[in-house]
Amino acid sequence: MKENEIDKRRRGFLIKITLGLSALSAVVAGIPVLSAMLAPLMKKTPAIWRKVGLIDEFAIGITKLVKFENADPEAWAGMTAFTAAWLRRDTENVFTAFSVNCTHLGCPVRWEEGAELFMCPCHGGVYYKDGSVASGPPPKSLVQYQVRINKKAVEIQTAPVPITSINA
Amino acid sequence: MGILKKIWNWIDDRSGLTEMFEPMIKHLVPPGSKWSYVFGSATLFCLVLQVITGIALSLLYQPSSSGAYQSLLFITNKAAFGNVLRGVHYFGASGMIIMVGIHMIRVYLTAAYKFPREMAWISGVFLLFLTIAMGFTGQLLRWDANGVWSSVVAAEQMGRIPLIGKYVARLLLGGDTIGGHTLSRFYSYHVFVIPAIIFIFLAYHLMLVIRNGISEPAKAGRPVDPKKYREWYHDMLKKIGVPFWPYSAWRDLLFGAATIIAIISLAIIFGPPELTQPPDPSFIYTNPTPDWYMLSIFSLFALMPPEIESYVIFIGPGLTIIILLSLPFISNKGERSPIRRPWAVFGVLCVVIFILSLFLLGQQSAWSPKFDVKPLAAKVVHSTDSVVIKGASLLHQRGCLFCHSIAHQGGLKGPDLSEVALRLSKKDITIRIVNGGPNMPAYGGILSNQDLTAIVTFLETRK
Ligand code: FES
Repeated sequence: MKENEIDKRRRGFLIKITLGLSALSAVVAGIPVLSAMLAPLMKKTPAIWRKVGLIDEFAIGITKLVKFENADPEAWAGMTAFTAAWLRRDTENVFTAFSVNCTHLGCPVRWEEGAELFMCPCHGGVYYKDGSVASGPPPKSLVQYQVRINKKAVEIQTAPVPITSINA
Repeated sequence: MGILKKIWNWIDDRSGLTEMFEPMIKHLVPPGSKWSYVFGSATLFCLVLQVITGIALSLLYQPSSSGAYQSLLFITNKAAFGNVLRGVHYFGASGMIIMVGIHMIRVYLTAAYKFPREMAWISGVFLLFLTIAMGFTGQLLRWDANGVWSSVVAAEQMGRIPLIGKYVARLLLGGDTIGGHTLSRFYSYHVFVIPAIIFIFLAYHLMLVIRNGISEPAKAGRPVDPKKYREWYHDMLKKIGVPFWPYSAWRDLLFGAATIIAIISLAIIFGPPELTQPPDPSFIYTNPTPDWYMLSIFSLFALMPPEIESYVIFIGPGLTIIILLSLPFISNKGERSPIRRPWAVFGVLCVVIFILSLFLLGQQSAWSPKFDVKPLAAKVVHSTDSVVIKGASLLHQRGCLFCHSIAHQGGLKGPDLSEVALRLSKKDITIRIVNGGPNMPAYGGILSNQDLTAIVTFLETRK
């Protein structure tokens, strides 16, 4: 009777240790796996000023597609390291840069010089010159990038792809 | 003779092959389970085809944001049979989605999800969504301009999830922007993560088929009674059941083979989807459109009222899944025959018509501006008045024709203007152009008075 009692306690203890060790091994193995999965959330992307051209290359009133490198692209990113923006020289020293991503579902909008509108090929979203919605499904205005003039150069500050949230 | 038999007997005895597989192959099935039962197995045949062609493609493909496009060009243009291989994988995906859809409709119409097969339905619902996820991620691995923008669109959709949307979007893209991580992630999902989950659910789904038996053909006036069903089913099998192989399996095999032959023929005749421009996110002159199985959803996004859209994007899929999952709990007994369940038939018809019409609308994509429209020909303008001629050319220059058409030339988004003067007075036309409308930009701030007059004068001649 007594022997049995000890045996049961011993067994219970061993089972607990076994389960505990298994759980521990799972957790330890899980840490690097999870961090690989969640890596994009843990990395903080810096905002960097990228030169997109010299001031004189832009005529006043004209909206031009410019291309710049993302904040810190991986060495293997190739051509996917780049992003485009619509840059307009409003006056002598004022520039505006619009994201090319439609605020509806992110398709690339085109500036149509003749119509003076941005138009989206996907679901027909249209924006006025100032980026506000003219018609179609987009819920909000085109997102803008920061622009600055640095000596003779125009620079755009890198930013994430604008993601429209549920409350726009 | 004798010696071969002996060898086989030894192998069979020690490996347990017959012991393991005979019960599966020879299990009894209800008689009369005929052609309507072949779609599930056809899906499985497509899946096997996808696995094999997928492995073959992975031997030739470079899963990196920068190298994938080059390797796709290589597969398409240089690799021996590479073009056909890509085609088979594409049409195989299409075949699988079609078969999954028909299989599901068949199961629903004959109420095969009722007692005791609820879990088969539930695992099936998961398999359906996993298949769609495979279709979407697979389309993306065709890493051209379309692939890049599809991943942006996917991230934007995830962004609509409350609170965590931004993070999910970021996880999907592998960062703040498209970049080196984006394709690696989608590759991992398409090749490892989702297939692994599919195999788990599939194994379970098939195990249930053996455990509960396939549903007997539905008969009006023979309702399912959970208390008696299992006993009744076993008695019925004992009395009139037939072994799965070959009495029932030959149809599965024949139909499966025909499906695969059809897929391969389509691949040879039509080839894989054309690659569009290189995957350069800074190249924007591209018109992202999804593969056909996503086209209905694409149309939905264009046509939904913008006010509710954000909610639909986020609630819609969740609600669909909940409804599908709860189906066998809402009705798990009673009549199975579609004749006695007219509302079920009606419901399926509605859903099918809804999806089909969205598909057709998507093919037309009337909402997209027609960027490549040509100026109106002199014959169409048909005038010598210089103001009218100027108005006609402005109609092209100012982008009116992107959305409106005249004499079958132009976009379909706005009303046809070929006979606009019959409908609207000069004043109304002017007001409409200046103020815009619910689906038209206000051109008041864009056109000079002169240009406006020219356009209105031209439109007045359209009757
Ligand atoms: S993504 Fe631009 S209108 Fe839908």
